[in-house]
Amino acid sequence: MDHIPDIFGQLPKQASTLAASVDWLYQFIFWACVIMFVVIIGAMLFFVAKYRAKPGEKPLAPGPKHTTLELAWTFAPLILLGALFHWGFQSYVFSAVAPATSIEFRVRAKKWNWEFEYPSGSREGGVLVVPVHQPVKLIMSSEDVLHSFFVPAFRVKRDVVPGMYSTVWFEATELGEYDVFCAEYCGTSHSSMFAKVRVVTAAQYREFVLNMDRPPAGKTKAQWGAELFTANSCSACHHVVAGEAGGVGPNLFGVIGSEQPLEGGGTVHADLAYVRESVLRPQAKIVRGFTTAQMSTFTLSDSRIEAIYAYLETLR
Amino acid sequence: MATEAQNASAAPVDAAHATTDRNFFQERSGIKSWLVTLDHKRIGLMYLVAVVLSFLVGGLFALLIRIELLSAGRTIMDADTYNRVFTLHGAVMVFLFIIPSIPAALGNFLLPIVLGAKDVAFPRLNLASFYLYVVGAVLALASMIIGSVDTGWTFYTPYSSNTDVGSKNAVIWMTGAVFVLGFSSILTGVNFITTIHKMRAPGQDWKRLPLFVWATYATSVIQVLATPVLAITLLLLIMERGFGLGIFDPRLGGDPVLFQHFFWFYSHPAVYIMILPGMGIVSEIIATFSRREIFGYMFVAMSSVAIALLGFLVWGHHMFTSGQSEYSTMVFSALTFLVAIPSGVKVLNWVATLYKGQITLSAPMLYALGFIVLFSIGGLTGLFLGTLSVDIYLHDTYFVVAHFHYVMVGGTVCAFFGGLHYWWPKMTGKLYDERLAKVAFWIFFIGFNVTFLSQFVLGSRGAPRRSWDYLPQFEELHRFSSVGAFIIGIGILLMVIVFVRSLVSGAKAPPNPWGSAALEWQTTSPPPVENFASTPVITRGPYDYHLATEGELYAGFPEDFEPSKKA
Ligand code: HEC
Repeated sequence: MDHIPDIFGQLPKQASTLAASVDWLYQFIFWACVIMFVVIIGAMLFFVAKYRAKPGEKPLAPGPKHTTLELAWTFAPLILLGALFHWGFQSYVFSAVAPATSIEFRVRAKKWNWEFEYPSGSREGGVLVVPVHQPVKLIMSSEDVLHSFFVPAFRVKRDVVPGMYSTVWFEATELGEYDVFCAEYCGTSHSSMFAKVRVVTAAQYREFVLNMDRPPAGKTKAQWGAELFTANSCSACHHVVAGEAGGVGPNLFGVIGSEQPLEGGGTVHADLAYVRESVLRPQAKIVRGFTTAQMSTFTLSDSRIEAIYAYLETLR
Repeated sequence: MATEAQNASAAPVDAAHATTDRNFFQERSGIKSWLVTLDHKRIGLMYLVAVVLSFLVGGLFALLIRIELLSAGRTIMDADTYNRVFTLHGAVMVFLFIIPSIPAALGNFLLPIVLGAKDVAFPRLNLASFYLYVVGAVLALASMIIGSVDTGWTFYTPYSSNTDVGSKNAVIWMTGAVFVLGFSSILTGVNFITTIHKMRAPGQDWKRLPLFVWATYATSVIQVLATPVLAITLLLLIMERGFGLGIFDPRLGGDPVLFQHFFWFYSHPAVYIMILPGMGIVSEIIATFSRREIFGYMFVAMSSVAIALLGFLVWGHHMFTSGQSEYSTMVFSALTFLVAIPSGVKVLNWVATLYKGQITLSAPMLYALGFIVLFSIGGLTGLFLGTLSVDIYLHDTYFVVAHFHYVMVGGTVCAFFGGLHYWWPKMTGKLYDERLAKVAFWIFFIGFNVTFLSQFVLGSRGAPRRSWDYLPQFEELHRFSSVGAFIIGIGILLMVIVFVRSLVSGAKAPPNPWGSAALEWQTTSPPPVENFASTPVITRGPYDYHLATEGELYAGFPEDFEPSKKA
């Protein structure tokens, strides 16, 4: 009984190493329930059909006490229940402990999208690309309310809780694209908080990761940098047109190559190293006059920072 | 004319048959006689009207949900409206309908009668708890008027600490409503426990208590012990929202998972507040319409107590994916399986009662048998959810929605309807149209399965719950489910018609239309103010058909009874 066919099409396609054991248990419980249901309800219907009241019948005297029978059906189910507990716990432990060989991704959930951070530090919203036959561990956090990371095809689900990290892992076994749902109600667009997991071959994955840190085909480094500048919402705080003021952070027009005055005295030469530091550790050097607002910390790969730098260089 | 002559056969309940010429409706009249009444029967009926109204409101929300889900994307309302509608459906059904439904409405009416008492132990407290219910309902209504909540009935933090969709204060009003309703529930519980301990008629010992009383007793214990936790939790939530006290919101240094622990510490036992009284009703109906004692009476009675106690130890099974520790998860799963046992014991004993019984398929009996079928499905699908790795997959999908609707609607609501039919002649003194009532049952039963069987499959295929929109692969089943909801609606409408017709033009009910041996059928329909003309003395149990006299089991009017017939 290694495999119980899903004759009613109750479960979606399996695509992870966990799925088979969950599905087996599901089907086992399903058939156990069907049998119990048929026996109990069958008996009920049979008795109802057979033992109808007849007019003028005298009431029954009570039968003997059936203590043994009572005790039997009180305790016998413990065998089934014990087995279910055991199997359920077994595959739960399997799903709770990520193998040491897992590659780790960071997942940030917020109303109402998923953002995936690759081991290289690059971030991508909406699609997580992972290699097949490779354990993958997600370290998840939420920026606002509860969310829950749910991939039906992998049979995994884990709440993403603000204020703590939660983890989930899976090893995909089938190439393809799988739905990611948010399973914990999170407000207005909860039902469209979708993402995809795209399972690719190891070679495709390497290729993808390399390309993540390269300008897309047909674009220069600076053009890619301009895209990253908006995609990472740098543009939300920084103006880039000469003379425009009033942004949360300094206007970045003409900054590169200049001497920037710092809070607490002194200046710094705005080169690549400075931009890099500004992005990765914004609090290290504070531009004079910008003590009230704080720039949030970003994790970007070197080549992305270089691309942004190339873009900022064009602003003069 | 009130019933004049009651049969005066040698009875277990000597004085029960003495004459009274005024029933509790006639004793006093006018609006005020209802509003300030201390009579448990009148309070029970006021509760009944209130919970039925709540049920109809909650049902309308359910239909709105199902219309919206007829097709993917927007059907009739936007996502924010939908979120409020499903929240209201849950909150109204749970707090305003199901929790008070059986205990406060039917329980209030029946408990003193079946104990042989004149009233509950604290009649004033009883009226107070009714008015607390009304205050709670008004607060809930106020929250709807000012914009209404969109948190889900579970009020999970930190969403509920911060949401201001619709209105900034609706969450405070709604949780305030639930807070007040909780007190109503606690007072009813205290009252019932005292009544059962102190007000039993002479001879009414614990082993003779109807199973409905055992179930009510177990329920009351949970109400008294668990509800305060909910009250405190909601108060903390109100303080967090109102005064920025950091308890659950991580931004204020709080812990959102703590809220879930608190919430389910009440709300899981509350599941048993909802289902136990239903089980009590089913025991009564099955005994009456099989004309015999419930098989394994003591096992059934004790299983209620076992469920009540075990019910306190399994709250963590709502939180397997929440981030609680793996060890607690393991323990909660194991304990959860244990609760399956007493529920199973009940079902098996009911079925065994039917064996060689003298069965009549009346409308109440159909509801009781319907309960067994639907509750079995609800209970068995609980096995999927107790099994850890399978629950991780099914948690927060439609599978769970289907599971708890089978237990709460297929179970409790079905039993409530059964009880309503069963005791209707006692409460109103009127008979209803049995044939039409049975038709209504079948429509309800079929509609229910259409609605919720399809939701099991939706869930097992991975459709998350509380979703305004869904992927195209789920559309077919959602449609199917929506059609079922309307069939249920028709069934309930027909049931309402049956009852209204009975009130308007129903034939007068004899004291014991079902020929039951139980105590409540040994007084007039409807009963006099003091339930019995003088305190009855109990000499046998409610199911001792073999000890009951022919007169006691006589289903017609006492004046027509001819004891000599048997010769
Ligand atoms: C939340 C608003 C905010 C966002 C988003 C933001 N910044 Fe900043 N940034 C600031 C503030 C405020 C300062 C000035 C304080 C400081 O130096 O840390 C600043 C300073 C800088 C500086 C130094 C400027 C100077 O005049 O010397 C650079 C370079 C910079 N940001 C680049 C970026 C890049 C690239 C991004 C996107 C990856 C980004 N910032 C996103 C607020 C922001």
